[in-house]
Amino acid sequence: MEEELIKQLEDILELDKGSLSFADIFRDFDQWDSMANLSLIAMLDDSFGVNIETDRFRELKTVGDLIEEVRSRMV
Amino acid sequence: MPDFFNLRNKTILITGGSSGIGLATAKICAEYGASIILVARNKEKLIKALKQLEGIGNHSYYTLDLTSDDCIIELANQLPKLDGIVLNAGMVKRVPIRYIKREDLEYMFNLTLHSTIILLQNLLKIKKIVPGSSICFISSVSSKKISLGYSLYSSAKGALNSFTKSLALELASKQIRVNAILPGLVQTEGVKNGNLTEEQLIEHLKEYPLGRFGHSEDVGGLVLYLMSDISGWMTGSLITIDGGYTLR
Repeated sequence: MEEELIKQLEDILELDKGSLSFADIFRDFDQWDSMANLSLIAMLDDSFGVNIETDRFRELKTVGDLIEEVRSRMV
Repeated sequence: MPDFFNLRNKTILITGGSSGIGLATAKICAEYGASIILVARNKEKLIKALKQLEGIGNHSYYTLDLTSDDCIIELANQLPKLDGIVLNAGMVKRVPIRYIKREDLEYMFNLTLHSTIILLQNLLKIKKIVPGSSICFISSVSSKKISLGYSLYSSAKGALNSFTKSLALELASKQIRVNAILPGLVQTEGVKNGNLTEEQLIEHLKEYPLGRFGHSEDVGGLVLYLMSDISGWMTGSLITIDGGYTLR
């Protein structure tokens, strides 16, 4: 799951494959904007069936946080 | 004092009538004397909504899934003659184009457009919409001013605008008027449950020169005008009500 999520997030942020790591703060990337925000939320729903409420989503900072949140909701 | 907004002896059907703009409209029209027929999916919410309607009219409700043609045809057969129809059922979905699924597309257009056309078509076939009556669609300002992620919603409402004008022309000879209201953001439960954060809403509010989002009653008041005989010369109009949002 995490590989797929990272791959899709790299795609949204227009990064090279393998360039994202767990500790990265995804909002810090230059390509992060409102469209990327919207795309990430839609991607999580589309690919993992996970709907994260906007208030909760705001609390997630790193790629690792995101993966943990998705994992906990997929159980 | 002249009673311009008198709706006595008028029967008005309101879809999506159990909450938000639909319910506010129902309350206002009821106060001005109309008999209201509420239509929505959730029976519990409809019963609660019905209890809030006052005035001298006889109010009733029907539960209906507007995405089922059989249910729509059955409803059309059961309804009395109508003097007004407010088509308010709809949904908001915010999703980037690359993530739109076919089922989202079908559901959005079914609910916003297809079901509406099928309902009106069937009501017209069996002459349930009387001459002199008024049909009002609740469209959206999103059909004119685009926001990020609302392509599905905006395109469905845009199609509804075009249908409004086509229907207005076809029904003019019967003296049936057809108009659409294009509200800006109205603070309803749907918005509260949507995917905009508090911060995003505060940012969005800056685009409203009048300094506030809409209330359901703002739209309800305009529907009252359209349902009244005083708007008798208005048809095919797309009326924006948005606190000045589209001014710039």
